[in-house]
Amino acid sequence: MTKAAELAKMGEVLTNSQIGGRRNIIINGAMQVAQRGDVTGITGESYGGPDRFELTASNIGTFTVSQSSTAPTGFKNSYKVDCTTADASLGSEDLLRVAYRIEGQDLQQLAYGTSSANTITLSFYVRSNKTGTYNIQFQQADNSSKQAVVSYTISSANTWEFKTITVQGDTSGVINDDNGEGLILFWVLGAGSLFTSGSERSTYTAFSNGDVAPTQTVNLADNTANEWMITGVQMEVGEQATPFEHASSFGEQLSLCQRYYYQSAEDITGQLDGGSWHGHSINTTECFGSGNCFSGYMRATPTVVILDSSGATTGASLLGTGNTTGIVASLISNSGFAKISKSSGLTADREYQCHFTADAEL
Amino acid sequence: MVIENAQYIKGIATNTNEVIKCSIDGVTVSVPLDPANRHYQEIQKWVAEGNTIAEAD
Repeated sequence: MTKAAELAKMGEVLTNSQIGGRRNIIINGAMQVAQRGDVTGITGESYGGPDRFELTASNIGTFTVSQSSTAPTGFKNSYKVDCTTADASLGSEDLLRVAYRIEGQDLQQLAYGTSSANTITLSFYVRSNKTGTYNIQFQQADNSSKQAVVSYTISSANTWEFKTITVQGDTSGVINDDNGEGLILFWVLGAGSLFTSGSERSTYTAFSNGDVAPTQTVNLADNTANEWMITGVQMEVGEQATPFEHASSFGEQLSLCQRYYYQSAEDITGQLDGGSWHGHSINTTECFGSGNCFSGYMRATPTVVILDSSGATTGASLLGTGNTTGIVASLISNSGFAKISKSSGLTADREYQCHFTADAEL
Repeated sequence: MVIENAQYIKGIATNTNEVIKCSIDGVTVSVPLDPANRHYQEIQKWVAEGNTIAEAD
């Protein structure tokens, strides 16, 4: 690009207000926050490693997801997918992909469904030992999953490469202004023949299985030596990828992630202490606490898992006595839960405590 | 998402269903009755497939 062209493009960027204010729509794009820790043995859908990114392995091998310290210059972490059980011969419906889901109310600036619908640009750093063509889907949950499908190529094995992808605005598909799924990004890592018969395009059209991964050549599941890493994920309004917008602090990103997933302590298998939930039993089945135990308001009323002092699920600890199992959380709101209960066997008029996780992912 | 052993949990004071206790992918969870909760959505699909949520004890 000539200097004149560069200046012209920069002028376009300024005109479109890409510079100034908050640009990146993606939370945890630098993969700094990883509340759940690494997750092994994935054969279905699972969050793990860096927050907000979910792996789905549908009949296609077994995987580990982790927060890796391998990263390009300017970053310290990446989201890593490792193949641990291979599947070199894909069935037609097999599918491996990483998802990032965005609330509809966080996408209203795109003005989808109007004549002023904005173009968006996705940029990221990616690295794998598997060179070849990969597909990305942009899927609208509010519009019968209509989607745009584009591709990128990893040219050099085990080398960080920077990719940018631009998708045209959708003038006919309204994204609802609510806390539901507005847009889902899927990075495809392997797909059976059901998903490869269509064609790619950077404009939204009706969903078709054949358009999920029409030009995907890579099957990351074909060898246990395979790995795929991504970081520096940024999605912004406009036709130009601007430099990655780093968060002002780790705490800022953690707080944003906790709208979707929260746990009572960094180590929820550790000692029950100030980070745990405390309550008082009023009879042999119900124990009430103060509630309001999440960090701010979560996206929706979350699913709660109760853990005892050993990290075992469905447990709580009776102070001074030990753990009891079969515990359920209830009176749950998006800011906390006020009760744990058991069908029978609590000790009345005693103090109970527990760790917990709360999941309000999309 | 593998859902098993779903049962409503009722509050004694309110005598209304408060959550669904079930196993999801082998982990026992408390799922609120919130249509925006992804696990509640999956339980509704599971019920539509012919499965049943047991009544509270």
